[in-house]
Amino acid sequence: MIWNSASEFFAMGGYGLYVWGAYGVTLACLLVEPVLARARHRQALRALGAEDPA
Amino acid sequence: MKLPFRLFHFAAPARFYGLAGALVPWCWAVFAVFGVAGLFVGFFRAPTDATQGDAYRIIFIHVPAAWMSMVLYMVMAFWAAIGWAFNARLASMVARAVAPTGAMFTFLALWTGSFWGKPTWGAWWVWDARLTSELILLFLYAGFLSIISAIDDPRRADRAGALVAIIGSVNVPIIYFSVKWWNTLHQGASVSLTTAPKMASTMLTSMLLMTIAFWAYAFAVVFMRSRAIVLERDNHAQWAANAALGARRPMASRGMQT
Repeated sequence: MIWNSASEFFAMGGYGLYVWGAYGVTLACLLVEPVLARARHRQALRALGAEDPA
Repeated sequence: MKLPFRLFHFAAPARFYGLAGALVPWCWAVFAVFGVAGLFVGFFRAPTDATQGDAYRIIFIHVPAAWMSMVLYMVMAFWAAIGWAFNARLASMVARAVAPTGAMFTFLALWTGSFWGKPTWGAWWVWDARLTSELILLFLYAGFLSIISAIDDPRRADRAGALVAIIGSVNVPIIYFSVKWWNTLHQGASVSLTTAPKMASTMLTSMLLMTIAFWAYAFAVVFMRSRAIVLERDNHAQWAANAALGARRPMASRGMQT
């Protein structure tokens, strides 16, 4: 095992800010983009007359 | 010669719409499985680097994001060119659907690179050939997206976008070979087909798992966005109206609001 404790894991050997700063923004982007794509699809369905599209 | 299937079967927007919709959940499943596996190997199996400490763990998303930024640009330029050359509407729509995802991966390659550069080089940004050509890639995506949204007639916008995409594609080999052609601060290729990888096998495994995950992600989001674009474009077609009718949620899941 590389890490002896959770705090050691989050500290990333002193590079926590950089590692989690990179991963956090990547995760945020990968969460937001599909939500936007889904919203656009639902909007297109509504424009075609669908009520409450799935 | 008679093929056992029709080559352009799914070039019809209505059929593509159904196929893409069926594939999306599978793409998400692949993304989830490979993403979790890649992060597990990357954070719990790959050892701490002797010179860079744990800062190097950014590589597991940085390299796949940078690969995707270049691959998706070529995919976008390819479909834009097909759409222009053969007057294929669906190909142009797919090119439009790829662009935002490619731009996002370009941004992520720059962002994660910046967060890696600060602890290892001491600077968030340097005007190095690799970094500069990747930044130009982001501007090319932005140029494609602005030109297609600036022109009202969709087919004219598709053609103008294709021109930008095709001309801009010369930048992709420049990015790839920049570390060879110029004396860059950025390191050379980590993985190549002709030499042994310059890293521990667990590190390489994690990076490749994350690459597959990002591919699956790109397929899922591009399919979702293409479906929206196809509906927006074909909004006078009967099949689109039928799709909208079929998209209604079943009564049970709508609860008691009727």
